[in-house]
Amino acid sequence: MEITARSLWALIHGMGFGALYLLAGSGALVELYRRYCTHNQALPSERDERFLRIYLVAMAALAWLAVLTGAYIIYPWYRAVPPPGTASLAAFPQRMLMASPTTSGWHSIGMEWKEHVAWIAPISITMAAAVALQYGRNLKNHPQLRAAVLVFVWTSLLAAGVAGFFGAMINKNAPVEGGPVIHIVQGEQK
Amino acid sequence: MSTENASASVLSAARPNGAGAAAILAAGIGAFLMAVFAILADQSAAIKGLMIFWKPTGPLSGVTTCAIVLWIAAWAILHARWRNRSVALSRVNAVAFTLLILGLLLTFPPIADLF
Repeated sequence: MEITARSLWALIHGMGFGALYLLAGSGALVELYRRYCTHNQALPSERDERFLRIYLVAMAALAWLAVLTGAYIIYPWYRAVPPPGTASLAAFPQRMLMASPTTSGWHSIGMEWKEHVAWIAPISITMAAAVALQYGRNLKNHPQLRAAVLVFVWTSLLAAGVAGFFGAMINKNAPVEGGPVIHIVQGEQK
Repeated sequence: MSTENASASVLSAARPNGAGAAAILAAGIGAFLMAVFAILADQSAAIKGLMIFWKPTGPLSGVTTCAIVLWIAAWAILHARWRNRSVALSRVNAVAFTLLILGLLLTFPPIADLF
């Protein structure tokens, strides 16, 4: 069982940071709703508040790691231009997608949207984390601030979902492959 | 201090909403600028060339860097102006949500290509 270095980075980017962000985002929405949108009048404890702050800061870190690894590690491999006379486009995912009308949309719509909309996720969740850090339990006094935080967390989840969906589909149609091969475990001999 | 007293003291000490409003409006501006720079780089060859800050990533490096730098700058300026006062948050939210939705929509290629 082996994996190429580029595939491993794609996994770290998509499954590690991206998917974890999506999971964390749904948890954050539940927690924010439970805390601020129900009829619960009690103030959250300081311990609960500290947990939410750490949770949102961790989400912001995940979102930034996802977009930075995507843009500066994976994307250069994705958009690499093959040298003239290259017979196989397997190592050039963008060119491979664009070579066929049945797959070109994954680049012209999917990647073109993903590469920009994904950045709305870290911007939005950084704002949410900053507001939680600044206001803490005092957010209970600011219903409009809480509403804005919820809207931006929803939007960050939507942006990350769009990026995640297209990332998965693009990698299914034209995977980022290449680089050193990493042997994970030796399979059984037949 | 009892829980009720603690709650009362926190509730009575409401911070001005300016710092939060600055963060919210700046995030809307950042999302919108991401789309604006993406459209500019897509529509103009000259701007596309200027946006190549790091060749392997191409224009995306400049588009995202410019949007993030301006987002942080907008945040810093708004924070400095609003941090100690309360602002009309309903208006700030309305503007921020509009910019956020525009950011989402304008990054969608079929819409971005209309410009």
